[in-house]
Amino acid sequence: MTIGPLPQDSVAALPLERATVIDAPAEVQDTAPAYESRGVWRLGLEVFLENKLAVVGVGIFVFLVLFCFVGPVLYHTDQINSDLANSNLAPTLAHPLGTDTAGYDVLGRLMVGGQTSIEVGIAAAIIATTFGVLYGAVSGYFGGVVDAVMMRAVDALLAIPPLFLLLFIASAFTPTVVILILAVALVSWLVPARLIRAEALSLRSREYVQAVSMMGGRGMRIVGRHIVPNTIGTIMVNATFQVADAILLVAYLSFLGLGIPPPATNWGNILSDGVDYIFAGYWWLIYPAGIAIVLAVVAFNFIGDALRDALEVRLQKR
Amino acid sequence: MLGYIVRRVVQSILITIGVTLIVFVLLQLLSASSGSVARAILGPRATAVQIAQFNHDNGLDQPWPLQYWTYLTQLAHFDFGYSYNLNQSVGSLLAQDMPKTLLLLGLAYALAIIVAIPLGIYQAVRRNRIDDYIFTSVAFIFYSMPVFWLGIILIVIFAVTLHWLPALVPQVSSVTDLFPGQLPALILPVLTLALLEIALFSRYMRSSVLENMVQDYVRTARAKGASQSRVLFVHVLRNAMIPILTLVGLSIGYVFAGALVVESLFNYPGMGLLFWHSAQTKDYPVLLGVIVVTGVATVLGNLVADVLYAVADPRVRYAK
Repeated sequence: MTIGPLPQDSVAALPLERATVIDAPAEVQDTAPAYESRGVWRLGLEVFLENKLAVVGVGIFVFLVLFCFVGPVLYHTDQINSDLANSNLAPTLAHPLGTDTAGYDVLGRLMVGGQTSIEVGIAAAIIATTFGVLYGAVSGYFGGVVDAVMMRAVDALLAIPPLFLLLFIASAFTPTVVILILAVALVSWLVPARLIRAEALSLRSREYVQAVSMMGGRGMRIVGRHIVPNTIGTIMVNATFQVADAILLVAYLSFLGLGIPPPATNWGNILSDGVDYIFAGYWWLIYPAGIAIVLAVVAFNFIGDALRDALEVRLQKR
Repeated sequence: MLGYIVRRVVQSILITIGVTLIVFVLLQLLSASSGSVARAILGPRATAVQIAQFNHDNGLDQPWPLQYWTYLTQLAHFDFGYSYNLNQSVGSLLAQDMPKTLLLLGLAYALAIIVAIPLGIYQAVRRNRIDDYIFTSVAFIFYSMPVFWLGIILIVIFAVTLHWLPALVPQVSSVTDLFPGQLPALILPVLTLALLEIALFSRYMRSSVLENMVQDYVRTARAKGASQSRVLFVHVLRNAMIPILTLVGLSIGYVFAGALVVESLFNYPGMGLLFWHSAQTKDYPVLLGVIVVTGVATVLGNLVADVLYAVADPRVRYAK
């Protein structure tokens, strides 16, 4: 964060303030005139950090990662053997968020389930983005018939709602984590492909691309070395949104009972169990998992929005 | 204008053929994985001979291009296959459940548009004030929420706690059976779907109105002495609505997916519930039939949206 104006009314903060005041002038004079000389990435980073929502987004993400991956180390629960004698217990000190239908501790289940949700979300986003970017860049750079055929294929796949295709795949093949990642990636690469194709179309007429092509650079080299790196902003922004969408898709799939079979779980599974007890008032099966999904999705949407702003400002100030 | 429409229609036909090709490839993948279409229908204890006989009877042992052609001719005759689980043709299942889904989608769209357009205008007028921020954040949260969780919360509030509305929709076979007695059961599913759409549409409406308010024609209208409400509702509204028109067309696929989840949550006997049950029972003919129908509906939605866009906005027609 940048150093904001010093709080005038806060008496308690005075000693700290003095310490910063002593250091501040030298630093301020040092950085202010050198505004233009700073790197574009650093400028982008500063804009990103100035965006409070982005910092909140990163904060939520770090919290969720710690909760899901470090949490189980500190908070031991048995998430493999069910305990039917202790099913559907209301929250107590022993089980801060109660237990579910099979007697699993819900707090511990949230941690384990979150691991799957986050892993699948990020892995699927990376695969979908990588494939989509290459596909779009090739289509846009080569243009003509290649582009027309490749894009009609994308249009046709886009016409089928992703959830329908995903449910079909989950129905035909019993999902494991790997199948789930590939299936989500399969329905998610279309949007990045379209975005990058549009950028590649405009980039291929730029002078530096024409120059490489005149010097004898071959098509795939131009795509890999010159087109793709110049769309990195769009790629990063879209990849962030992809993670949010993938987490939601996995939750939908698991909620519909076609996710990974037990004892593996994710946030959608927990909610799916909770619905069966909706009239019994077992709120601990409904709210915590739902809030976890919303937090994860909001976090990635915040980060994506801020990245877009940061990259746009970077382009404007250049 | 005519050239533009013809070009878009040809493109849509190509995409539709692409959709059928994808479904056909999915069907082939199923057959390839140890004849699983035959196995799904004949059961796990079917012998190799029975499977071979089934494949022969249903033309599954013919070359791919021939099978695809047969499949296309069947589709052209509205023959979507036969559900062996439900012992009914997929076409008759769709004819039974499609109207109920369309009713759900239609009501949700209508409610969403009635709310989202004034809301978007209000937010644009009050931009960057406290109430704009509140509506924007609420929309953001709804947008990030899994639609089934939104539905669960609505059930908890209105059905479990307040006992105002029923949480489940009765299993009627025809859409007319819903009228008039069962309409209260429709409120929660429609509301769930509509809230999701309102979150989406109001965001676009707000930015669309904001974009139009800085245009030259608004300044001209103001200079000629038009009042704020005249500028807003006569000049800006008509132009700001154009992107929403496209958005409604483009969001059809997204809304179909929402309907699938909402229908399975509320047990609403539409196409989504049919698809969900079929996915659980591995009733592939139904799954592929519904995928073809939603795919074609999405292509048609996009086409209609594009054509209406061209009718409403001359800049599109003359661009190329």
